[in-house]
Amino acid sequence: MITKRIIPCLDVKDGRVVKGVNFKGLSDVNSPVELAQYYSSSGADELVFYDITASSEGRKLFTDILCESARKVFIPLTVGGGINTLDDFERVLGCGADKVSVNSGAIKNPQLIEDAAKRYGSQCVVLSADVKRVDNEFRVFAKGGREDTGIEAIGWIKRGVDSGAGEIVLNSIDTDGVKQGFDLEMLQAVCDVVSVPVIASGGAGKIEDFITLFKRLPKVDAGLAASVFHFGEIDIRDLKKTMLEQGIPARIC
Amino acid sequence: MVAIIDYGVGNLFSLQSSFAAIGEQAVVSGDKAVIESADKIILPGVGAFEDAARKLHESGLDAVICALAAQGKPLMGICLGMQLLFEKSYEFGEFEGLGLIHGNVKPIADVIPADLKIPHIGWNALKFEKPSPIFSNIQEGDYVYFVHSFYAADCEENMIACTNYGARLTAAVQRENVFGCQFHPEKSGEVGLKILKAFCEI
Repeated sequence: MITKRIIPCLDVKDGRVVKGVNFKGLSDVNSPVELAQYYSSSGADELVFYDITASSEGRKLFTDILCESARKVFIPLTVGGGINTLDDFERVLGCGADKVSVNSGAIKNPQLIEDAAKRYGSQCVVLSADVKRVDNEFRVFAKGGREDTGIEAIGWIKRGVDSGAGEIVLNSIDTDGVKQGFDLEMLQAVCDVVSVPVIASGGAGKIEDFITLFKRLPKVDAGLAASVFHFGEIDIRDLKKTMLEQGIPARIC
Repeated sequence: MVAIIDYGVGNLFSLQSSFAAIGEQAVVSGDKAVIESADKIILPGVGAFEDAARKLHESGLDAVICALAAQGKPLMGICLGMQLLFEKSYEFGEFEGLGLIHGNVKPIADVIPADLKIPHIGWNALKFEKPSPIFSNIQEGDYVYFVHSFYAADCEENMIACTNYGARLTAAVQRENVFGCQFHPEKSGEVGLKILKAFCEI
């Protein structure tokens, strides 16, 4: 049977991995290429490279790092951050990315999802949404979680899937960086309306949080986290071992 | 030397890198002479069957591949490249494949329970059906990475491995010197590299 995927996310700025709490106060962590190799050998099922660079020099550096990683790491790679056009898709797919995640770019131009899915296939297009509770509804935020778009999130995600997104990364701003577990309520709301894989993001603090996620929400396909992996608070091998002991399908390598 | 056939379908960066990682020289080429000079041939592919089959035909590479396969040169199709080895595909119509392996490509939706997601995407375990040289370095139960919505059906005689996704799906096939993997060995970590290495050592 297909396994639940464990996905470390590498936020990359100026060639280095960073991770902030609630998206603020970024701190330098490690070399992306080394970290990618380390995660691949310790059992990560996939990696996300998130480009949080704004400058064009930074973007070039990011692309170089992606290419170098794809030469050394042979598990699926997803790239996000700064994806606004089909040219951006082309740029990262040419460096060995398997999937491309769109976030603010799709908010600015929703047609991007459909255009990319037509050209590269739905399996290549990931819709990533930063979502926060505002006035008793789930609201989509843009610009790395800083700007309230006013768009209701569940409808937005459903429309994204209808347009061709083949996978959803749901990042709860409410639980991100808090390390008290994934946002089960928000994830449930998304799982209820889409039939494509859903990746949970935001809130993992300990192994038990992943166990709770997969047991309570069997429709969630993968768990994504950053700092708990970067700082060694969760070792992926230990996590996979516990998943298997708890009857959750996991890949041991 | 391994030739990875370039016929304008998909990105071949990772595939080429994976051969470099196992110390094998691989060239990406759509040139008949280069492909003919290789010891091993890889037929990659992502996207739609009809489009890929048409591009192979228009480039004349379909005939080159079939001729080399008939000469006994080891050939491996990967993902859509594997599906192209079959006689026919029923992906949004009915289209002719290369006919190097008996069987047809059909929608996964025909055979899996309705509550399972399509595409079949993620890591799943291999169950061996027949011995094959490409499995000489790996074990039954090893995990490989799949992304597909269609599968090879009616190919029992050539099925060397399957995987379980609510139904038994073809994971790998072999007919003499012609091999096919539905999964992506270049994205299947160490296990995938070992499969490519074993193919290179045939």
